Amino acid sequence: MTYIRPKFRHPEMPKNKLGYTLNYYEGALSTLCAGCGHDSISAAIVQAAYEMNIEPHKLAKLSGIGCSSKTPAYFLSNSHGFNSVHGRMPSVATGANLANRDLIYFGVSGDGDTASIGMGQFVHVIRRNLKMVYIVMNNGCYGLTKGQDSATADEGSKNKSGNVNLFQSIDLSSLAIELGASFVAQSFSGDKTQLIPLIKAAINHPGFSFINVISPCVTFNNNVGSTKSYDFVREHVEATATVDFVPEMKEITVDYGKGTQKQVKMHDGSSIQLHKLAEGWDPMNRLSAINAVQNARAKNEILTGLLYIDPETRDLHHLLQTSDTALNALGKEQLCPGSAVLKELNDEFR
Amino acid sequence: MKPTDIKDPEYFHKVVDCQYACPAHTPVPEYIRLIAEQKYTEAYMINWDSNVFPGVLGRTCDRPCEPACRRGRVEEEPVAICRLKRVAADNKGDVKQHMPKGPFKANGKKIALIGAGPASLTVARDLAPLGYEIHLYDEQKLGGGFMRSQIPSFRLPETVLNEEVNYILDLGIHTHFNSFVSSLKDTLSKDYDSIFVGTGAPRGRDLDIPGRKEAAANIHIGIDWLSSVAFEHTSKIGKKVIVLGGGNTAMDCCRTSRRLGGEEVKVIVRSPFAEMKASPWEKEDAMHEDIPIIENHVPKNFVIENGKLRGMNFEKVKAVYDDKGKRQLVPVGGPDVFFEADDVLVAIGQENSFPWIERDLGIEFDKWGMPVVDAITFASTHPKVFFGGDAAFGPKNVITAVAHGHQAAISIHLANEKKDMKKRPSPFVNLISQKMGIHEWSYDSAVVEDVRYIVPQADKKLTLTNRKKEVELGFDVSTGFKEAERCLNCDVQTVFTTSKCIECDACMDICPTACISFIDNADETDLREMLKIPAHNKTQDLYVSDALPTKRVMVKDENVCLHCGLCAERCPTSAWDMQKFFYNVTKAEKACQ
Repeated sequence: MTYIRPKFRHPEMPKNKLGYTLNYYEGALSTLCAGCGHDSISAAIVQAAYEMNIEPHKLAKLSGIGCSSKTPAYFLSNSHGFNSVHGRMPSVATGANLANRDLIYFGVSGDGDTASIGMGQFVHVIRRNLKMVYIVMNNGCYGLTKGQDSATADEGSKNKSGNVNLFQSIDLSSLAIELGASFVAQSFSGDKTQLIPLIKAAINHPGFSFINVISPCVTFNNNVGSTKSYDFVREHVEATATVDFVPEMKEITVDYGKGTQKQVKMHDGSSIQLHKLAEGWDPMNRLSAINAVQNARAKNEILTGLLYIDPETRDLHHLLQTSDTALNALGKEQLCPGSAVLKELNDEFR
Repeated sequence: MKPTDIKDPEYFHKVVDCQYACPAHTPVPEYIRLIAEQKYTEAYMINWDSNVFPGVLGRTCDRPCEPACRRGRVEEEPVAICRLKRVAADNKGDVKQHMPKGPFKANGKKIALIGAGPASLTVARDLAPLGYEIHLYDEQKLGGGFMRSQIPSFRLPETVLNEEVNYILDLGIHTHFNSFVSSLKDTLSKDYDSIFVGTGAPRGRDLDIPGRKEAAANIHIGIDWLSSVAFEHTSKIGKKVIVLGGGNTAMDCCRTSRRLGGEEVKVIVRSPFAEMKASPWEKEDAMHEDIPIIENHVPKNFVIENGKLRGMNFEKVKAVYDDKGKRQLVPVGGPDVFFEADDVLVAIGQENSFPWIERDLGIEFDKWGMPVVDAITFASTHPKVFFGGDAAFGPKNVITAVAHGHQAAISIHLANEKKDMKKRPSPFVNLISQKMGIHEWSYDSAVVEDVRYIVPQADKKLTLTNRKKEVELGFDVSTGFKEAERCLNCDVQTVFTTSKCIECDACMDICPTACISFIDNADETDLREMLKIPAHNKTQDLYVSDALPTKRVMVKDENVCLHCGLCAERCPTSAWDMQKFFYNVTKAEKACQ
């Protein structure tokens, strides 16, 4: 057994603004299958957190059950983590977020954990607009139980044993837009140049941000006839726009050449630069976003990139008018002011 | 960039930094693995084939391999390659059974080797099994050349040297010791088919400053003095000794002085300490024996009192560098500095000297009095005469002399077979997968983090009183194993097959030292900047694949690859494989096949 990651790193490794090198954001060595798309997504998360100068202790990773939900062990070892029950990551995230609104909540789920057992929780966390990043590592199969078709497997897609899927697939991105998610993106594990800025923008988004990442299962769903294989996705991928996340307002010097440039200003002065590739699509218009996704589907294409964003969205804390100070930072006096205050409160309703 | 041609053996050879840097291209990682497996005899034979004197070199080599060692680029210190060689030599079993055994079938050709140093002995070893009748000439009573006369016994015990010289002499070499060759013309007239000159650089440079003649009795030329100590003509020196010079000979002189009665021995050198030619470890060993090294002092004159040497005056200087980095030693002013001395040893360099070669034989000499020698064939302008070692291109070291010897032997053989000397034999090369199963490689792929182990030394009280007592004790077997495990196995190559790659990025994500990038192709300068971590070490190549389906290419910066095999481990399609690359310089025996 020689599967050990050496401690040596490149001696010229750059440092971010906090003085950390990339490896400070790494996790344990992955035990997923060699070539798993999930590992690429983990690497993208590591890179995004490093580039955004996130203090690792200011971030909590949450997950459910499945190959995808194992990945938080493989990134951001210095952050908080909670590996919850199958399909129940959103409720754990909700509880954590309500108790401490100061952390970045980073939820990782899979197609089974979200579109099957966790569907009930998924739709409600969107509805509530909890401020968190929700990444689905979507491989269209149950890899941990030997590759049965999942609810996101496309109709007509062939699995490794040659069976054709008879059922309609659940399109998580369309569903998220439909349910009112304020940040919806779609990407491919094999395209880090697109995925990393999307993750950065999602972390910075003031409400619920959803990224559906097609992540091929090399062991069970990378065969000819599958619509979630590396080859198929590469051949059918169509991007809405090139994405660049700019942390602070500064002059745009990047020249994207032909095409329309769109800049989405965020609440904190940061911005998302989009170089539009898709026609007749407006990322700030839900109807147009839904149309773009559905049109692409009709053409057997997979639309990737930022699909929809509402930069003015208001998250759950805002809607509930909770205290600006995180609940866990309040003292006992403030949280339990005692029977006198309770009586006073009750008296108001008499 | 064009895709890398890995079929060219020199590409992967360059990745094995130590082997590439070794003048004789010893397959270093191969023998280090054998040491880790306690196969000392096999490890010794790998060495013996390449560098002929593993026991000698395991103690005295200049170690060009160690500064090249990849380990030194990812942490502080390289692998102690040289001292591991000694572990093989110290613990080997019966090696003679693996060596060629005479008598060899004579091929009717006669060769003369002049000088019995490492270059000539290498030629002898390579040619004897081919049936050549070899005549070895040396003015001393024993073979070994400068390995015997210049390297003190406390660094290289005579038994070790004798053993390795005898392995060669036992091949049936006709030795003519105690016979000084005073005329090449004479030798040429003795119908030898070829003559090899391996006479070294025997003349120590002198220092012609005021007082030199008057104090001659107490001023000695370093290499001559060391030689007279080695052959036991000298056994004493004064209590106060100044050694002039900053090279390894100076270090040997000062340490030998300490053993012959020198109590206050100083090394005084013109240059700054950091720029001295001596190997860092030799300087350390000298200072460990209470010998101060005084830098930036230029000798001015010898001071004589009552007809006897009393000391020397020096001028203090500092090093000043011009735009091109060229150094100048500029006086800092102030009075001269005086140091007392009973004896002075001058070790400021050595030169070639060929008074015994007549200039009308057809051997061309250049304006510096050096023979014109072909750098590849080692042939002179006379069809029968070849040069090698220090005699060919000036003073270098033992391992370089051995490398010359191998190449000269090939040339001599080709010449005698009436073949074209310029057509050099290809190296022996092998490339074979190391994969045994999931997480299983047939080499120890795990990278240990141990820092370099220190070679234990004998107590100073013992070594300073006995000139022949070896200072270094060598690694014991268990430390040798631990040091061997530090080797990164750079000869186990990362081999990439473009057609198998599905561009899943797994290798790029796992690589601990960020060597691998998948990017759009560009020319080398741009590509070096575009990598995950820019490749600024230009001495190390980029490994570039053919274009992949997405039109990108895989680019691997060889610079700090740990050869840990994780890229291959995480590759779902075996597009990456770890393959052991064995490269061995072809010797004369197989040169004509």
